[in-house]
Amino acid sequence: MDFELSEDEAALAQGIRSLCAGRFPLERLRAAEGGDGLVDAEGWTELADAGVFSLQLPESAGGIGLGMAASSVVFEELGRALLPGPILASHLASYLVPDAADGAADGKVMVGAVRRPPTSGTEAFVPALVEHLSSLGVLIVVGDDGLAAVDPADVDAVRIGRPLDPLTPLWRVDELPEGRPVGGAEQARRWRRDQAVLGGALLVGLAAGTLDMAVAYAKEREQFGKPIGSFQAVKHMCADMLVAAETARAAVHAAAVTIDQPGVGDPERAAAGAGLLASEAAIKNGKICIQVHGGMGFTWEVPAHLYLMRARVLSQAIGPVGGLAELVAELY
Amino acid sequence: MDLRYSEAEEKFRLELRQWLADVVPKLGPKASSLDWPARRTYDTAWQRMLFDAGYAGIDWPVEGGGRAASPVEHLIYLEELERAHAPYVGVNFVGLLHAGPTIVVEGTPEQRARFLPPILRGDEVWCQGFSEPGAGSDLASLRTKAVRDGDEYVVTGQKIWTSHAEVADYCELLVRTGDDDSRHRGITWLAMPMDRPGIDFRPLKTIAGSTEFGELFLDGVRVPVANRMGEENDGWRVTMVTLSFERGTAFVSEVLQSMGFLRDLREMAKRTGAWSEGDVRRRMGHLGAELDALWALARRNVSQAARTGVPGVGGSVYKLGLSELRQRIGEFGMDLIGGAGLSWDELEGLDGAGPIGNADQVNTWVHGFSRTIAAGTSQIQRNIIAERILGLPKG
Repeated sequence: MDFELSEDEAALAQGIRSLCAGRFPLERLRAAEGGDGLVDAEGWTELADAGVFSLQLPESAGGIGLGMAASSVVFEELGRALLPGPILASHLASYLVPDAADGAADGKVMVGAVRRPPTSGTEAFVPALVEHLSSLGVLIVVGDDGLAAVDPADVDAVRIGRPLDPLTPLWRVDELPEGRPVGGAEQARRWRRDQAVLGGALLVGLAAGTLDMAVAYAKEREQFGKPIGSFQAVKHMCADMLVAAETARAAVHAAAVTIDQPGVGDPERAAAGAGLLASEAAIKNGKICIQVHGGMGFTWEVPAHLYLMRARVLSQAIGPVGGLAELVAELY
Repeated sequence: MDLRYSEAEEKFRLELRQWLADVVPKLGPKASSLDWPARRTYDTAWQRMLFDAGYAGIDWPVEGGGRAASPVEHLIYLEELERAHAPYVGVNFVGLLHAGPTIVVEGTPEQRARFLPPILRGDEVWCQGFSEPGAGSDLASLRTKAVRDGDEYVVTGQKIWTSHAEVADYCELLVRTGDDDSRHRGITWLAMPMDRPGIDFRPLKTIAGSTEFGELFLDGVRVPVANRMGEENDGWRVTMVTLSFERGTAFVSEVLQSMGFLRDLREMAKRTGAWSEGDVRRRMGHLGAELDALWALARRNVSQAARTGVPGVGGSVYKLGLSELRQRIGEFGMDLIGGAGLSWDELEGLDGAGPIGNADQVNTWVHGFSRTIAAGTSQIQRNIIAERILGLPKG
């Protein structure tokens, strides 16, 4: 038992972090605000070359053949960098529905995903919102009983004028096509499970990103002749951010390893719990980050809001936290 | 990242599990929490059994008489003891977890030979004399004075929050030997025999109605200089040495115990029908997810300790998270049992299925308030995290 990152895992994380810092700095991503919210085609290919989409595709199929643990450290870095685009669905599709996602692994095709809205209950009246629709080659519709592949050209959609996250464009779809079945209930369950863990990893990256921002600001901003980080009221907010991020990170890593290593725990319970805590950590830390920045935190210029809005997007993608909590309760 | 245990670790687990399965069911009933002499007898008898089976001082180095188990084995040890519902460390806590480890590192060969074997065998019980009425979170401001008189120190002052002092043989005592304002530089560590004249112990009644700790009044107590650990005025460093013994395993039993507690709550909620409410299920699932995450964090801290030899600062994150979570679990239990939570006395359910379990809920809830205070308040933990991990400036 050694639950620290292995040398390879640490190197992988470092590699992705350098790639993001050099190739996708926040200023460059922000230049595309309100547009398609994507890294350019060349950038997408670079991500593919770094293995972002083919990490879990078996080597025999041209992938890297690693598992969830490796993916979780990679996705944390992508989250921290606020990397836009349908990275999570493209990654999941490459190994979960390879036949429907030809070209996803090497970055030639972008794959999106959307949950099929329930037909009853409080959410039944809300239309589906599909992310990044105009860039997609394939849209995977995730239902309770299976996965379906939809050709984006067949989707009747209206673009949302102001998406909450300016880097995640959205389309309103009143009626999702049935599509071609590409996986049964078991595949759909796996999709939701892995999505909760790797969506959780992205969220942990967001939580860590806002923690770093808040701490840096607290060290530099002075009031009453001192850095505000010397005041306990501010210190304690930052400490709470760290607790949230570290706890969620441990949960995400444990869920990833539990999926990779059968017999060490219940992967469903671990995945649901990880998604839940990562959602909360990212939203909580985004909020505190705004507070620590004071008035500046409420300005468009300071990117705290981008992390918070992305957290909302991802939190929706992995499923309502209430549902995740009920799943944990059931499996406890 | 690897959560699988090695063959050697599994073998260690299996042997321990078999031994526990053999001995734990034969243990007598636990002593009443109000009867300290009976608690001492019970806890030390268990310690003797551990000693005879080779499990005493599991994490102590061999030169201290311990087993020098790796941090991972130590984790397995705590996991298995909890799983088997074995007795807690109880009155042996200070000896095994504080005083003993300090003596292993700082004691002379004579001091080790004198003090360590009785701790491991459960023959001698220790208590702790650190905090004072005027020195809580700011421990370095302590004022209990020790004046050298020949080959003895004469100690006068007052300590507080001393647990099980009435059944202790020794007290690990921090005293002021330097100037009044010498703070960290003027503190000395003494092993004070508890049978000396001049020691008066007055129990304090807690909000749980129990007497778990009290005040220790010291009036001219004579302690041999031979009982001093380390040099005079070097006691602060000597005390901090104990912290290097901590390998991320503190409070591990509590996480595992809380998981069982939560499962019991679910059974109770199913019995009362509360389980049909979505809010109840979601609250429970949330608490469960948090416990799972802390268990993951514990394994991370232990892995870090195994790699580097020190647990790192993750311990503060873990302690803060767990103590606050325990309070919320307590609140959840109280909300679930409703009116039955107004009684410390165990109530019988009207459904004929026996006790409701309200005493357990009340106890957990009320004791939760001590968790965020003892062993460093949550506010001190946040200062540690902010200053030592995040590098924020001292106020």
